[in-house]
Amino acid sequence: MKQVFTVPKSLKPNVFHYCPGCGHSIIHRLVAQAIDDLGIQERCIGVPPAGCAVLAYNYFDVDMGEAPHGRALAVATGLKRVMPDKVIFTYQGDGDIAAIGTAETIHAANRGEKVSAVFVNNGVYGMTGGQMAPTTLAGMASTTTPSGRKPERDGAPLDLTQMLAVAKGSVYLERVAVNSPKNIMRAAKAIKKAFQVQLDGLGFALVEVLSMCPTNWKMSPVAAAEWIDKTMSQVFPLGVIKDETGYEAREGKAS
Amino acid sequence: MTKRLMRGNHVLGEAAVLAGCRYYFGYPITPQNEVPEYLSGRLLDVGGTFVQAESELASVNMVIGASMAGARVMTSSSSPGVSLKQEGISYLAGLELPAVIGNMMRGGPGLGNIAPSQSDYFQATRGGGHGDYRCIVLAPASCQELCDMTFRAFDLADKYRNPVMILGDGMIGQMMEPVEFPAAVDLATLPVKDWALTGAKGRPSRTILSLLLDPKVLENHNYKLVRKYDAVTRSETDWETHLTEDARLVVVAFGTSARIAKGAIKRVREMGLKVGLLRPKTLWPFPSQPLEELTRVVRHLLVFEMNTGQMVEDVRMAVKGQADVNFYGRPGGVVPTPEDLAHQISHYYYGAHLDEDGGSKDRLVGGLS
Repeated sequence: MKQVFTVPKSLKPNVFHYCPGCGHSIIHRLVAQAIDDLGIQERCIGVPPAGCAVLAYNYFDVDMGEAPHGRALAVATGLKRVMPDKVIFTYQGDGDIAAIGTAETIHAANRGEKVSAVFVNNGVYGMTGGQMAPTTLAGMASTTTPSGRKPERDGAPLDLTQMLAVAKGSVYLERVAVNSPKNIMRAAKAIKKAFQVQLDGLGFALVEVLSMCPTNWKMSPVAAAEWIDKTMSQVFPLGVIKDETGYEAREGKAS
Repeated sequence: MTKRLMRGNHVLGEAAVLAGCRYYFGYPITPQNEVPEYLSGRLLDVGGTFVQAESELASVNMVIGASMAGARVMTSSSSPGVSLKQEGISYLAGLELPAVIGNMMRGGPGLGNIAPSQSDYFQATRGGGHGDYRCIVLAPASCQELCDMTFRAFDLADKYRNPVMILGDGMIGQMMEPVEFPAAVDLATLPVKDWALTGAKGRPSRTILSLLLDPKVLENHNYKLVRKYDAVTRSETDWETHLTEDARLVVVAFGTSARIAKGAIKRVREMGLKVGLLRPKTLWPFPSQPLEELTRVVRHLLVFEMNTGQMVEDVRMAVKGQADVNFYGRPGGVVPTPEDLAHQISHYYYGAHLDEDGGSKDRLVGGLS
């Protein structure tokens, strides 16, 4: 009999605390699967965020070091500079990476830090109870924009990943989603590639993952998954934003 | 061993390298710019890493990462920059990570100025950041002591897994003095950090975290830290006394102020005034006990600081009302001369009639029993 599905080795056998329909559980699985596939569990160190995924160290069975809110890529820089042979990843939400940690993020990308960042964009501050995030869509209600985000008052949703594209040190940036099996498969490939970029020492890699937050969006899990397709990905379009890895050209030559 | 004439900020950098520091993360700010400038070259010579970060916030968080990896690591700044580092210093304390932070203080508050000051005593000794924690604070008064304390800072940081601050000022950082450097620490001889995040190879995975949601668990962590701080207080409190044997008045001062005080005491001694000095070398832990013991024989203390009165609160707490505690200070980057202080000392001395025979009652010889 052929085994077609199993829990990744790099996940601890703990039950996720995430809400029903939340994307974090899926993204955790994809990150762990990438670590397994590349055989890097024993030399991988993760930096969890402040936010819903703050307890990520309860799930990833790799060394994990907690960063202050927004500083994950600075902490990752310190880890990587001491241990260039180790594989360092950060796991950060939109408030963490695109608001309070904007400077740390842009400069880690600009220095071309050889680390991999997983950026979970659900358009809301989840753990603190649904406040406006830098990525909250215009018109979207949150507990601090109860009548909807007004760009002229609250600023427009920030596309951080696009901003990172102009940094010379970033080599691979892609936006994916985890709202459908097809998108999950694409996300799995992107996350694994972000680790591969680090293993090959090419520079900074980041995967932005559009993720459902049914609780704070006040939607059913099914409606939340559909909302990513119909609304959120219109503002944050899926696809490769920057790819200077040269992998495709190499693959093209090989075939 | 030969002495080298060096500027304080360079001494801090060189001593850090010799003490085994291979990683420095910083951000420019006057009057400590010579530290990153020196290390940007020196660390490359020894295969280390220098990163000029985008901010003090980022640099102290890079320190957190490097410390998690088990490295001897340092950052440095001056007053406004150290304010920005306080978030990271709180995390270093909570995560129990060793790190050395240099602060070459300048005048404040706000942007203040770039002149030497001791305005961050409260910030350094009270924690500075949020939460119930202590930072070990060393206060050098010369370039040689800056060198020696830098070695000590790295050892203390590793021994107690705690941030250690070297609290100098613009004067200590900028002045040049001859310094004899100890031999370089052999990194291979340092104890293995069996808590570092090095990848879970042949062992279970590890976490380093300060999020402890259960109040009972966090309370236990707080008490664990308290036991550590008690151990630091018992074993590491350090101070110097100078001409206190016959003193009727003792000046209490640290760092640059203590140097000025020695000059002032020399002048008033020439006038026949019996004045000594107690100089805390660790500001936290504070030498409360020796100060309290001193009050059994000396009833008049003059606290001298380059601020409006910060350490004087610790002195008052230490002597528990058993001595008359006066204060003289100049804030804002003004550096008083030994003559200024000598004038203050003699004013106090004669005002309290310490020159008269009756003054001997203020020195209670044999009063220790």
